[in-house]
Amino acid sequence: MGGSESVGMPVGGSVASASAAGADARAARRHSLLVRITHWVSTLCFIALLVTGAEIVLSHPRFYWGETGNVGTPVLFKIPVPASRHLVPTGYNYTLRDQNGWSRALHFQAAWFVVLTGLLYVISGVLSGYFRRELLPAKGDRSLGAFFATLKSHLRFARPGPEEAHSYNLLQRLSYLFVIFVAFPLVVWTGLAMSPTWDAAFPATVNLLGGRQSARTIHFFDSVFLLLFVLVHVLMVWFAGFWSRTLAMITGRVKEGK
Amino acid sequence: MSDSSTGNATGNSRRKLITGGLAAVAGVTGLGVAARLAKRYGLVPPDAGGIYGPGETLNYATQRVLARHSKAREFSKSQISKPPFANEIAPPSDAFKKLQAGGFADWRLTIDGLVDHPGTFSVAELKKYPSRGHITELACEEGWSYIAEWHGVPLAHVLDVVGVQPQAKYVVYVSMEPDTWDSIDMDEARHPQTLLAYGMNDAELPVVHGGPLRIRVPRQLGYKNVKFVNRLTVTDDIKKFGKGLGSVSPEYGYAWYAGV
Repeated sequence: MGGSESVGMPVGGSVASASAAGADARAARRHSLLVRITHWVSTLCFIALLVTGAEIVLSHPRFYWGETGNVGTPVLFKIPVPASRHLVPTGYNYTLRDQNGWSRALHFQAAWFVVLTGLLYVISGVLSGYFRRELLPAKGDRSLGAFFATLKSHLRFARPGPEEAHSYNLLQRLSYLFVIFVAFPLVVWTGLAMSPTWDAAFPATVNLLGGRQSARTIHFFDSVFLLLFVLVHVLMVWFAGFWSRTLAMITGRVKEGK
Repeated sequence: MSDSSTGNATGNSRRKLITGGLAAVAGVTGLGVAARLAKRYGLVPPDAGGIYGPGETLNYATQRVLARHSKAREFSKSQISKPPFANEIAPPSDAFKKLQAGGFADWRLTIDGLVDHPGTFSVAELKKYPSRGHITELACEEGWSYIAEWHGVPLAHVLDVVGVQPQAKYVVYVSMEPDTWDSIDMDEARHPQTLLAYGMNDAELPVVHGGPLRIRVPRQLGYKNVKFVNRLTVTDDIKKFGKGLGSVSPEYGYAWYAGV
């Protein structure tokens, strides 16, 4: 989950980059082993969850709001794709193969892996001070001015300065925090709320969302949001220098003087 | 876990190596202990083998620990779906049509296996037992769902009538539809909301919904709620049935445990 991307420096370079200080070693340390492992495990899980999630949606590409929904009730929206069940009216006169069995199994297995990985990451991030140091906006950046300055330089697609190889910029920090503490927990919550036995044990978790079908719809939109986040993340990595940033997330070190 | 950004440390990396090694040993030991405990307390599903076994086991074990006695949510009459969505059923066999023509008077539920009094029951006999109704949601693994009121006899009551032997672990239920059978553990079988359902929304259970007799397991997804049930077998050895995976679903790639 901790990503290695960065683009755009606020004017005046007010981003504090504590970790860049004194980086005169030829290959400065950037990412801890734990961040690197959890990053790549999460990446694999995300791909598995995305593919299997899309596959599961194909068996019923219709979404509803409230507690119940089926082909006999009004939809909130439909995805215009063929379905893997012939009872679903899609407008296509063919039915895709049923792939839900392994898709569901892999979806849940990947969910377990990513949740356990995420817990390890969050607990260690709190204990080690990683979140405070690397993800909470740096002291000089806790202002609207700093926010708009970072935003402006992002919108101009300004290349990141060299110091950003060692520290996350403000916009990056805020988006990572949002993904880690809002979007990711929400996708887990809405996923759990679709489990009938989970709902038996914790009925409030599904009732608060407005019902089982609302949970499914929110799960879908949150997944789309997470996909957009990953796409922008990869785009930013590409802007910042795909190989240097990716190697930093593999080896943990940033090469100097390139 | 050290985040020190200035790299100066062979001692540091040795410490990391040792910590990592210890963590790995602890992890493997922990997994071993967890696996043994899970087995002892019946937290391993019959289809725990294979590459998705860890996920299936975690699903089943976690929910058995968290929700062994939890009740499925019940709804009000006004929330009943109108009309209730009926999934497709296979074209009925001639034998079924004959039973249907006779108003299912000759439908028999056979109960055997680890019970003191094996026997057969007509639907009329089942209706004489105390009935229970609940308004619950039936959710399909595909994503759709509906709410209906179900009426039937709690499976727990029928199990008491035939006298389940103490070593029993699963109840296997078989449909009149070919190649359709499933099973639940004794917790689910004895759960007060688990019904042998013969009624729906104040009427006889329609054939499209599995009439005359369907098992209703409201804490699990639709496919565990097998239609046209005509046989129950109580067992302590689920491996003897089919391919030994607990139901026919895993043979098609679907999980035996469908609480998620």
